[in-house]
Amino acid sequence: MKRTRALVAGLLAAAVILTGCGAGNDTADGAGAQQKVVKVAAASDLKFALDDVLKDFRTDNPTTNVEVTYGSSGNFATQLSNGAPFDVFLSADTSYPQKLEEAGLTVDGSQFDYAVGRLVVWADKNKQFGIVAGGIRKLTDPKIRKVAIANPEHAPYGRAAVAALKSAGVYEQVQPKLVLGDNIAQAAEFVTSGNADAGVIALSLSLAGPMKDIGDVAEVDLESYPRINQGGVIMKKATDVEAARTFTAYLGGPKAHAVLKAYGFYLPGQ
Amino acid sequence: MDWQAVLLSLRLAATTTGILLVVALPLGAWLAYAPRRWWRTAIEAVVALPLVLPPSVLGFYALIALGPKSPVGRWYEDLTGSLLPFSFTGLLVGSVLFSLPFAVQPITAGFAGVDRRLLEASWSLGEFRTVTLARIAVPLALPGIVTGAVLSFAHTVGEFGVVLMLGGNLPGQTRTISIAIYDSVQAMDYATAGRTSLLLLVFSFAVLATTYTLQRRFTYAGATP
Repeated sequence: MKRTRALVAGLLAAAVILTGCGAGNDTADGAGAQQKVVKVAAASDLKFALDDVLKDFRTDNPTTNVEVTYGSSGNFATQLSNGAPFDVFLSADTSYPQKLEEAGLTVDGSQFDYAVGRLVVWADKNKQFGIVAGGIRKLTDPKIRKVAIANPEHAPYGRAAVAALKSAGVYEQVQPKLVLGDNIAQAAEFVTSGNADAGVIALSLSLAGPMKDIGDVAEVDLESYPRINQGGVIMKKATDVEAARTFTAYLGGPKAHAVLKAYGFYLPGQ
Repeated sequence: MDWQAVLLSLRLAATTTGILLVVALPLGAWLAYAPRRWWRTAIEAVVALPLVLPPSVLGFYALIALGPKSPVGRWYEDLTGSLLPFSFTGLLVGSVLFSLPFAVQPITAGFAGVDRRLLEASWSLGEFRTVTLARIAVPLALPGIVTGAVLSFAHTVGEFGVVLMLGGNLPGQTRTISIAIYDSVQAMDYATAGRTSLLLLVFSFAVLATTYTLQRRFTYAGATP
């Protein structure tokens, strides 16, 4: 009886503490009334690069608060065509923003290209597969049992990976080894966790976070797959179109370009 | 409609249910008849965890725990020469963990509902406990056992998060019906997604309706007063 009472008291106390922690975050910025918010849905290959771009952006635009959600371009496109409350969409290709434009969901003439993605073959250094020397053809090595790529059905990087494997003439041999991540970040996670031996992933992900400095990296010949032109668009439903424009303009500016370059993206038209 | 995915889901659900019955019958009996000590409460809580944990949490832990960087993963690799993630067997491990409470809880309730005097009569006549369990408790707890089996099966068919984290989307190996629907939606093929979803909806309704009908019948037959 006593023990039960103590347990109930403990649970109540925990509930109070938890709900207490959740309160009071709304006014954390203190700036209050002047804060503008831009909600961004971004392709997962932008994870590290965009985080870095935003650090600079906040310094230059202290009153504009950019919140980013990372995920699969295809998934975002679906959610956006069903009214998801994002102001800006940064896709890993140009066709998803195009589709949203055709559906009349975007601000007229707001489509823009912001980067060109690059593809690499990646494997853990410790496995010593000789990826650096062998490149994409090395994936036929029987020692490599599982190769992670993004799902070519709805991830632009997945489509590029399949095209590159076909160009190298190794698709037939590698196909049985393929495991598909829902997006490029999940494919990267399959390799990082060691569950897949190698992966064909975005260069931008291999240069930062958990993959940084631990892999053998070989860039895939840029001519062997359709260019990964990455485009974005501003949604009609944006709460503050001007703030959204401020952000997209910044993304096309010299500071953001320097960061994107550092993370292994080429710039539009490069 | 991706029939390969439908068949794979059914195969996964049937195998999962088979394994769960083997695990949940003794576990359910123990939970129903063992004296209430702290460790019984602890095991009850562990069994119920998948009810409250997000599938993504289970999937993430499974990917780490079965992967080549964990002792379990390495042991399995030494034994079979292949890894558990991205394989049907790996999904099976994930599904068994994920659907455990759906099998164990109804089965425990079934055993707990058996009239204790009948069990005690059997014991006092000198019958072994295991024989009593098999010949008296199990038949009387049958409604609970059937419910547990049906729910495990249906729950596995509807599984998504664990498969997404652990599966790698291999046709015929790990591309289940829920993943096929997700892929169709992401590829903006809403017609296929709609058809497959409808099939799953009708199936789920039929399963639940059957379960409730069975339960009512058993109760009228006076299996449990």
